[in-house]
Amino acid sequence: MSTLSFALRDSATMLRRDVRHSLRNLSMTLSGLLVPIIILVLFVYVFGGAMGAGQGLVAQGGAYIDYIAPGIIILTVGSGGATTAINLCMDMSEGIIARFRTMAIFRASVLTGQVLGSLIRTMISIGLVIGVALLMGFRPTANPVAWIAALSIIALFTFALTWMAVVFGLVGKTPAGANSLSLIFQLLSFTSSALVRPDLMSGGVRWFSEYQPFTPVINTLRGLLLGTPIGNSAILAVAWCTGLTLIGYLWARALYNRNSVR
Amino acid sequence: MMMIETRGLCKSFGNHVVLDGIDLDVAEGTIFALLGPNGAGKTTTVQILSTLIGADGGEVRVAGHDLVREPDAVRAAIGVTGQFSAVDNLLTGEENLLLMADLHHLGRREGQRRAAALLERFDLVDAARKLPATYSGGMRRRLDLAMTLVGNPRVIFLDEPTTGLDPRSRHTMWQIIRDLVASGVTILLTTQYLEEADQLADRIAVLDQGKLVAQGTPDELKRRIPGGHIRLQFADASGLASATRTLGEVARDDNELTLQVPTDGSVRSLRAVLDRLDHEALAVNGVSVHTPDLDDVFFALTGHPDTQKGNVR
Repeated sequence: MSTLSFALRDSATMLRRDVRHSLRNLSMTLSGLLVPIIILVLFVYVFGGAMGAGQGLVAQGGAYIDYIAPGIIILTVGSGGATTAINLCMDMSEGIIARFRTMAIFRASVLTGQVLGSLIRTMISIGLVIGVALLMGFRPTANPVAWIAALSIIALFTFALTWMAVVFGLVGKTPAGANSLSLIFQLLSFTSSALVRPDLMSGGVRWFSEYQPFTPVINTLRGLLLGTPIGNSAILAVAWCTGLTLIGYLWARALYNRNSVR
Repeated sequence: MMMIETRGLCKSFGNHVVLDGIDLDVAEGTIFALLGPNGAGKTTTVQILSTLIGADGGEVRVAGHDLVREPDAVRAAIGVTGQFSAVDNLLTGEENLLLMADLHHLGRREGQRRAAALLERFDLVDAARKLPATYSGGMRRRLDLAMTLVGNPRVIFLDEPTTGLDPRSRHTMWQIIRDLVASGVTILLTTQYLEEADQLADRIAVLDQGKLVAQGTPDELKRRIPGGHIRLQFADASGLASATRTLGEVARDDNELTLQVPTDGSVRSLRAVLDRLDHEALAVNGVSVHTPDLDDVFFALTGHPDTQKGNVR
């Protein structure tokens, strides 16, 4: 068998391991799926009245849920990333990882298995968020092609963030450390166009919001789902996702290989 | 053929020299024991030989492959059961074995066949569908070793395979190790117990503070260390004096009223001593048998007692 097929086979094996772990840790997995829905409900029914009116969204004839649903989808990706970082960090402290390192397997498969598992978990979580948002009055105007494009950009973004989460899980020596590093995801979500229009933010934050990676992803998603103008956001989003994936993968691999014979 | 060869193996962590020029030769189909106290460098040696960490200097060949140039060829030939359990705690015993089978690309049917055979062989059939959290220490260790064997390794590293096990589990593990070597694999094990090395190993190397202080067969090593002795306690000085006359060349302690009679540790020699005392109708207050332990080995070979015992590296 070729190197590539070994890599795929070992990654698939590690993915099965990760899925089994998720099923064994069912309460943790379920709470991971529920938290984004709670946030969605919270933002629409608790903050929605004030924030929607304040941003003039209702006056423009749009519902706040239409504005915020794509933002919550991105928030979901971020919180999935935090879970990944913690899980990975805990897994790395297990003796079985040392065993994997002494076996003739595709080395990065330990990481790719977890990344693929996280991707699946996050996509399920996003499916739930979209479902609940639709029940709450989210009315996307997208046609099937736009939906496929939207799901693709979500998957691309999740993949990128998950690799960065793996880095956080490896850099943070303890689950608590990994978790605090993942706060970066929350910070980027809140300072993006996810919940509030950047043009309503002040000075430096506004500038940061316009240039940070999450904003073009959300704007692209909004454009695809609701028909708002996309402009160059799509290109920026794909570029950011590709860049973060590449950096995350190479960095994570280097961290995993450190202190050991290659 | 030598399955493990090291020349001038060195490793330091910061300023602390852990291995200082280790030369080992382990022949195919034999058990080689690395004997030493905590902190001697045993685990570090296993970690280097099993490709977990890199050496700072020296040459290593395992199963005919250079460790640095062909790590994957080495990995394909070895199996490791460490001091710390290397099982997946969220998978059942059977799932752990099937995971190993998948990573060795065995195919579903062959994987299941081998997992079932190993569960049977290591007496884990009843526990196969339970999580390792419910296992006893001995069962965990057996599952750990079973996982190592899924890939049919030619060289097996066992890092303190019986540390923390009760005597019964220890003897089970010893039998498993003997059976393994009978099937032709080569085993390098580390241990703190002289008895374990003596029971299992064809050759023993004694490691002390990163250096090999002795190497040889168990018999060769035992000839270099003081034998055991029988310690006899007497009620008074006259009893001690008569016993000294009866037994001849023995170490005598007038303050403690004791005699130390050299022995090979066998029941026969103990009985011979007691018979002679009995024959002279000499009363003995107490008898204890002292067999040589790691402390004696270290004292004999290094001139200093095993000072690092109890220190965890």
